[in-house]
Amino acid sequence: MKTILIADDEPNIVISLEYLLQREGYRVEVARDGDEALQAFQRQVPDLVLLDVMMPRLSGYDVCQKIRENAAWSGTRIVMLTARGREIEVAKGLALGADAYITKPFSTQDLLTQVRAQLER
Amino acid sequence: MLLAGGILLTSFAYLGILFAIAYYGDKRADAGRSIIANPTIYALSMAVYATSWTFYGSVGRAAASGVGFLPIYLGPTLMAALWWLVLRKMIRISKVNRITSIADFIAARYGKSAMLGGLVTVIAVIGIIPYIALQLKAVSASFLILLQYPAVVMPPKGHPVVLWQDTALYVALLLAAFTVLFGTRHLDATERHEGMVAAIAFESLVKLLAFLAVGVFVTFGLYGGFADLFEHAAQLPRATQLLTLGGPAGTYGSWIGLILLSMLSILFLPRQFQISVVENVNENHLSKAVWLFPLYLFAINIFVLPITFAGLMHFHSGQVDADTFVLTLPMAHGREALALFAFIGGLSAATGMVIVETIALSTMICNDLVMPVLLRWQARRLSERSDLSGLLLGIRRGAIVVLMMLGYVYYRAAGEAYALVSIGLVSFAAVAQFAPAMLGGMYWKQGTHTGAFSGLTLGFALWAYTLLLPSFAKSGWLPISFIQQGPLGIEWLKPLSLFGLNGLDDISHSLFWSLLANVGGYVTVSLLGRPSIREHAQALLFVDVFRTTRRRSNPWRGSASLQDMLTLVGRFLGPQRAEEAFAGYAASRGAKSLREIEPDAELVRFAETQLAGAIGASSARVMLASVVKEEPLSMDEVLNILDEASQLITYSHQLEQKSQQLEAATSELRAANERLKELDRMKDDFISTVTHELRTPLTSIRAFSEILQSDPRLTLAKREEFIGIIVKESERLSRLINQVLDLSKLESGRAEWHSAELDLRDVIEDSVSTTQPLLREHGVELTLDLPERAPRLRVDRDRLKQVMLNLISNAVKFCDRRDGRIAIALHVLPEALRVDVRDNGTGIDPADHETIFEKFRQVGDTLTEKPQGTGLGLPISRQIIEHFGGTLWVESARGQGATFSFTLPLHPQVAQGTASPASEMTA
Repeated sequence: MKTILIADDEPNIVISLEYLLQREGYRVEVARDGDEALQAFQRQVPDLVLLDVMMPRLSGYDVCQKIRENAAWSGTRIVMLTARGREIEVAKGLALGADAYITKPFSTQDLLTQVRAQLER
Repeated sequence: MLLAGGILLTSFAYLGILFAIAYYGDKRADAGRSIIANPTIYALSMAVYATSWTFYGSVGRAAASGVGFLPIYLGPTLMAALWWLVLRKMIRISKVNRITSIADFIAARYGKSAMLGGLVTVIAVIGIIPYIALQLKAVSASFLILLQYPAVVMPPKGHPVVLWQDTALYVALLLAAFTVLFGTRHLDATERHEGMVAAIAFESLVKLLAFLAVGVFVTFGLYGGFADLFEHAAQLPRATQLLTLGGPAGTYGSWIGLILLSMLSILFLPRQFQISVVENVNENHLSKAVWLFPLYLFAINIFVLPITFAGLMHFHSGQVDADTFVLTLPMAHGREALALFAFIGGLSAATGMVIVETIALSTMICNDLVMPVLLRWQARRLSERSDLSGLLLGIRRGAIVVLMMLGYVYYRAAGEAYALVSIGLVSFAAVAQFAPAMLGGMYWKQGTHTGAFSGLTLGFALWAYTLLLPSFAKSGWLPISFIQQGPLGIEWLKPLSLFGLNGLDDISHSLFWSLLANVGGYVTVSLLGRPSIREHAQALLFVDVFRTTRRRSNPWRGSASLQDMLTLVGRFLGPQRAEEAFAGYAASRGAKSLREIEPDAELVRFAETQLAGAIGASSARVMLASVVKEEPLSMDEVLNILDEASQLITYSHQLEQKSQQLEAATSELRAANERLKELDRMKDDFISTVTHELRTPLTSIRAFSEILQSDPRLTLAKREEFIGIIVKESERLSRLINQVLDLSKLESGRAEWHSAELDLRDVIEDSVSTTQPLLREHGVELTLDLPERAPRLRVDRDRLKQVMLNLISNAVKFCDRRDGRIAIALHVLPEALRVDVRDNGTGIDPADHETIFEKFRQVGDTLTEKPQGTGLGLPISRQIIEHFGGTLWVESARGQGATFSFTLPLHPQVAQGTASPASEMTA
């Protein structure tokens, strides 16, 4: 069973994502901010992380960079979530090592399709 | 037996020869085949330096002070070594600027000043008159002596001679007539007198030969050569005295003074300037003159000592004046022809000096003294006269006669009081006063007109005081006590030992003080002032004359017709000469006839130099200006005149200033741009943040809606939970949208205001009751502290309630979890009302006191629990409060709760913000 880490500071979004992913049969871990996300990585390296960009203290970009710096975590797929959809932000995320990018509000179908695709790589 | 007739005949014959030579010389010059374009002639003509002072006076001085006669010849010899530098520069400057006299030189250098020219002329005249008298004395005395041949009798002294029996008078008149004929037959723009130069060169030869003849006669005729003569002389007790320095031969100090003096006079005596500078044909002649002239001086001085000793031995002291030995020795030995030759030699020496000196002086008098005065007073009358050349010539002739007469007068008055040599030295000291202004003018660009004027006046005044007046006193015109005790008995003003300076002979003493004052005045005043633009331009022309190979034409703009200028020049030079000159100029410009020439700056300058030759530079300028209308020079043209323009410096200063101003403006613009970009960024940030804030609740709403829609297996509990979230997020969303719009309207002034007079206590109570459910939900206790009475206020009720609700809900959010307490108080201030809302929460860090009033900023970003608010409440509240002229702020510290306070003025001046009057309605 694949493990997915959700890193987002909006509680309601977390609830929705948690429900969706668990329904699909994934194991879900939750982090409220960047530090918690990295700590989760220490405990158990997830197969995929849904990373919100706008988080307090450590932003999603920083977390992404940190994940990619660690060779042991290179197997984790990173999917970034953001309410901002500007091109430059997308490019930045991809340049930092993210594998995919989803803008909010998202279609639940799109999200699940993307997650599945990423995990099959 | 020599009769007066014989002497006179010989003399006239000699003068006739001179005249013939001069005439021939002029003729050849007019034909273009000059006979004086020859360095030997040039060097010989410079020997006009040796006058009857040399011819007779050297021996006289040698008899009194042995080798002490030498210094005045050592000076020129030394100066000759420097001629290649100094004199050549003087010649170049004078040729380039068409300078025709010392006065002209000085006046031109210091801004073409007529004042200076006049002053120099006056000094020169006063200084040279005694020298002329000296020549008269020599000629008349030698004539009288020769008349007594074979007896050697000195001319009677002491009792006054009747005027018409005074030989000197006739000599003066004769010389005046001769000079007038000689030197003023026509006016020349260059002031060159080729015939005169030829005659002068001839004279130099004659006097040298005469002196050598007497010398040879004495040394080899009377004795058996130099050795023999000096052996005999050694028997004279006086001889050894005379041959050593110190003692009667003069101290080292006086030698230095005399050498310096003669070094200056070889340059600045008017006759020397005339011959060596004005009459110079070719600069390169100087290279020969540099050694030929000292050689001449050497030659004419070889036999001075032999003649002196011979004379002393032959004539027992007191019988015969040593001044006359050159004449009386041949006479005493019966050599008639030799004596006559000697007389002619003396005559030659005297006439040479007188001719050149008076011509030079009369030029100065005419150009620099009379003409400027005439122009000032009679300019209109002058310009109406068609031919002024006659006037100019007349002025010069008159000047010559006047000068000779003045010389005669001085001779009558003071000629007996001094030996010949002393009179000469007084003149030397006078012309030495020109040295600072001239040498300074040639080598120092800082010299100014006022500086030269001060130097000259001071120097001349001191010369007069220390030399001229004492000579009057010694002649009896002033009381002798003037010298002995000083004027009015003031000891330290004694003219011969000024300020107590003793130990120098009269001449050195005078030289010291006059030159000190002269140089001091010149340098100090020049440094204190600044040269005018004209002075500066002239300074460059003079000091840098060797650097500027081509004369730059004056950028001058004006209008003048060729005919006008031709007429003007013709008036002074004579119409025919003017035509010739202009035709020559036209040919040099490549035009076939005069009519083809465009009147431009070069032509005007040409006309100016032609005129300058006739009437002096300053007068020429004035006359030309009256004909030509000058337009003022523009900045560019001034820049063209001056090489190292002080203007250029000023210009670059201005440019510097301008560029600094530009820089300042640019940096201001840059700052403004930065501010604009900042605002832009803030706007972008705002939009971006709003977008984010809106999308966040939308995400939940959409996600849960899709889940509810697509998932039939949802439990009821889950369904209710999810729908609840949708509802809450929808509320959140609409709240956010409302607040964003509200804030936007408030900030842009588009909000509507409905103000009425109300009691604030009502609003507060109303707000409290509205928030009762919230308070109960969180278990928060609220206390109200309202005064008995409160003045009414004109505000918008709903808006104020909005503020209260915001503050209360904030307080609820942040007060203590377990024991939440809120206190609301209303205070009446003299000019306003103040409301405090206090909570007992964890407080707000002072660093965040202002941050919380920023859009979308919420304290609680640092808390683990994400705050519920939008982050816009406080900014909106502040906008509202400030609209009514009040202030909203917070007082808090960590751990001590927070108090939010706002004031509302009772009588706001003008409604703050941008509320439109139409929206203010009474309820």
